[in-house]
Amino acid sequence: MPDQFLYAVEVIINGLMAGVLYALVALGFVLIFKASGIFNYAQGVMALFAAMTLVGIQKGQIPFAKLINTVMGTELEHFPWTVPVIPAIILAFGVMILFAIIVEKYILKHLVNQPEIILFMATIGLAYFMEGFGDIMWGPEIKKLDVGLPQGGSFWIEDMTIGLGGENFYGFFIDKLDMVATVVAILLVAALTIFSQYSKQGRALRAVADDHQAALSVGISLRFIWVLVWSIAGFVALVAGIMWGAKSGVQFSLSLIALKALPVLMLGGFTSIPGAIVGGLIIGVGEKLFEFSIGPLVGGATENWFAYVLALIFLVFRPQGLFGEKIIERV
Amino acid sequence: MKFRLTKLAVLAFLTAAPAMASELVFPSLSYRTGPYAAGGIPYADGYADYFTLLNERDGGIGGVKTKIIECETGYNTEKGVECYEATKGEGALVYNPLSTGITYQLIPKVTADGIPLYTPGYGRTSAANGKVFSNVFNFPANYWNAASLAVNHLLDINGDDLQGKKVALLYHNSAYGKEPIRTLEELAKKHGFDLTLLPVDHPGQEQKSQWLQIRRERPDYVLMWGWGVMNQVAIQEAANIRFPMENFIGVWWSGGEPDVLPAGDAANGYKAVTFQGVGSEYPVFEDVQEYVVDKGLAAGAGDNIGTALYNRGFYAAMLMAESARNAQDIAGNVEITPANMRDGMEALTITEVRMTELGMPNFGPAFSVTCENHGGPGTGAIQQWDASAQTWSLISDFGPSDMEIIQPLIDADSNAYAAENNIELRCN
Repeated sequence: MPDQFLYAVEVIINGLMAGVLYALVALGFVLIFKASGIFNYAQGVMALFAAMTLVGIQKGQIPFAKLINTVMGTELEHFPWTVPVIPAIILAFGVMILFAIIVEKYILKHLVNQPEIILFMATIGLAYFMEGFGDIMWGPEIKKLDVGLPQGGSFWIEDMTIGLGGENFYGFFIDKLDMVATVVAILLVAALTIFSQYSKQGRALRAVADDHQAALSVGISLRFIWVLVWSIAGFVALVAGIMWGAKSGVQFSLSLIALKALPVLMLGGFTSIPGAIVGGLIIGVGEKLFEFSIGPLVGGATENWFAYVLALIFLVFRPQGLFGEKIIERV
Repeated sequence: MKFRLTKLAVLAFLTAAPAMASELVFPSLSYRTGPYAAGGIPYADGYADYFTLLNERDGGIGGVKTKIIECETGYNTEKGVECYEATKGEGALVYNPLSTGITYQLIPKVTADGIPLYTPGYGRTSAANGKVFSNVFNFPANYWNAASLAVNHLLDINGDDLQGKKVALLYHNSAYGKEPIRTLEELAKKHGFDLTLLPVDHPGQEQKSQWLQIRRERPDYVLMWGWGVMNQVAIQEAANIRFPMENFIGVWWSGGEPDVLPAGDAANGYKAVTFQGVGSEYPVFEDVQEYVVDKGLAAGAGDNIGTALYNRGFYAAMLMAESARNAQDIAGNVEITPANMRDGMEALTITEVRMTELGMPNFGPAFSVTCENHGGPGTGAIQQWDASAQTWSLISDFGPSDMEIIQPLIDADSNAYAAENNIELRCN
């Protein structure tokens, strides 16, 4: 087979896997938007905060150590222990649940029945607060994330496929981390689907998503549902933070991964979990394939803007997104 | 009435004129927050700690204490300009904004205000031409020197022959990242290597396409002009495709500890260009420990000493302190103005003897600044990362860059700027 065709296939495979990573971020947005109509600007920062918390717990770092040292004149840095990966992930999730409770109690509760734009503004404030809070709590330096995830291309796939093309084909490159991310995303979506379809809380969540007032009238606690959905979004943020943090280390820029989720949301719709996944895959493949085929002709760096072009094209024909709910307002 | 008006005018002039400072004020436009904080913090710490050392050990410069005014820019150009406007009235002697974007905005402002701007290793490269840029200095080296120094290293390891070799430039798709392109294109023509350009959009978190292209096209060497997360991701992606790390060379802004540590052992052998010494084995750092860190006066926790970016900030502060000392000598007064400081920078001479006196032997090159040349010697070395020891080591001596290529580029760019802005050439 011609090398260029095989390389295009390689780009498509890698685009699909990049799309899964985008979808992981987009999922958090969808969950919160679906349950509360809030576009959570803080979703990217939640991923950063969750990953910072995970690393801090793993390494036994004392939270707010710098602040304590400055005020008290101490030289605290670490507890005399480290925490294994799984308990550290559970504890980090616990912190995200605590975060959800605090957000509900001190922000959302006071904004019930406010216009959506006010809630959106509140999440902007929350995002900037969390950026600073995370820095003070865990320090701004780049942290190496070590949760045992594999890194690098799969030699096995490379060796198995090297004979498919001519001498200029070096086998398919598929990142092992991306493969893990794909498996994790599939498990996550399956778990979310089972939870929302078959659990009592899941059905309550869907009821709130369909109609707040009706859900309230049958005794569903809106406050509990908000805590629940922000906790789940916190867990999704933790997973996204782990996957992206494994690539670059845990650092401030993790919060910017939200930028990668926006075209996915535009394309897949703000209210659909399958939409987030399929949207992520389309954006991932579309931008990578465009960069591969057209990028060299226009000087490269096409991915960021082409993702939005792709999303806009879909938006023109399906304003509610690929899988979003069509809004019909009757007079 | 006329007499009263004259008196008022004189009074107004006296109050408006920059006050002769009882402290030597060095603003530090730093970024300790935001996406680039990991690089901004050690640099700002090094810059501040050197002036604190002078205060604590020597009683300041020429007996006058120094004062750092730190202003947080978040690496944001608008905030950087705000910081400049907010601090210039405080007796600021020189600005070092640590951002090419802020530098471009400040060049006309500092020139109008008569305050020098110091941009070592960044900013507008052609500001090295002092005939055009009276108030801007970028000694001892600039981006174009860095491009040439990287190519010189490739020449060294290829027996001075790069004919037919393939070199890729992976760059931040911004004004900063595009700086070396022209120089590399000229060097490619001169030495006969093929140059491939690979832009990475801000912030650089996702680089799969670029590294798949590198894997397909198999360049012999990859040069990198990155900053922030782009560096860490690039080094990890290079390891992922098993690109030989010793053939991957970054500019000095891609050569800090935060860039290599997240990749762990996979970063072993990665190289970067540097214009200052690496490590903490310099006598001056013992003084920093004694007079600054142990007294609890360090700008940070004191654990960045010897890191690449701390050393760069420290070195920049040393060169500014020596310029201020020089300015005091020229002005015949220990309390100096920004205009005196500019004169001190333009007549700065750094000798190896002086570097040794300062406890920084071979920390940087010996050089002189002149009216024509604000860019210094353009020398640099190559450092290499040892992942097991977690240290950088110099693997070459400080050598010259190819000024035969670079000087015409500097002249062309700066003269175009002079023509656009009706600037009369100086130093005649």
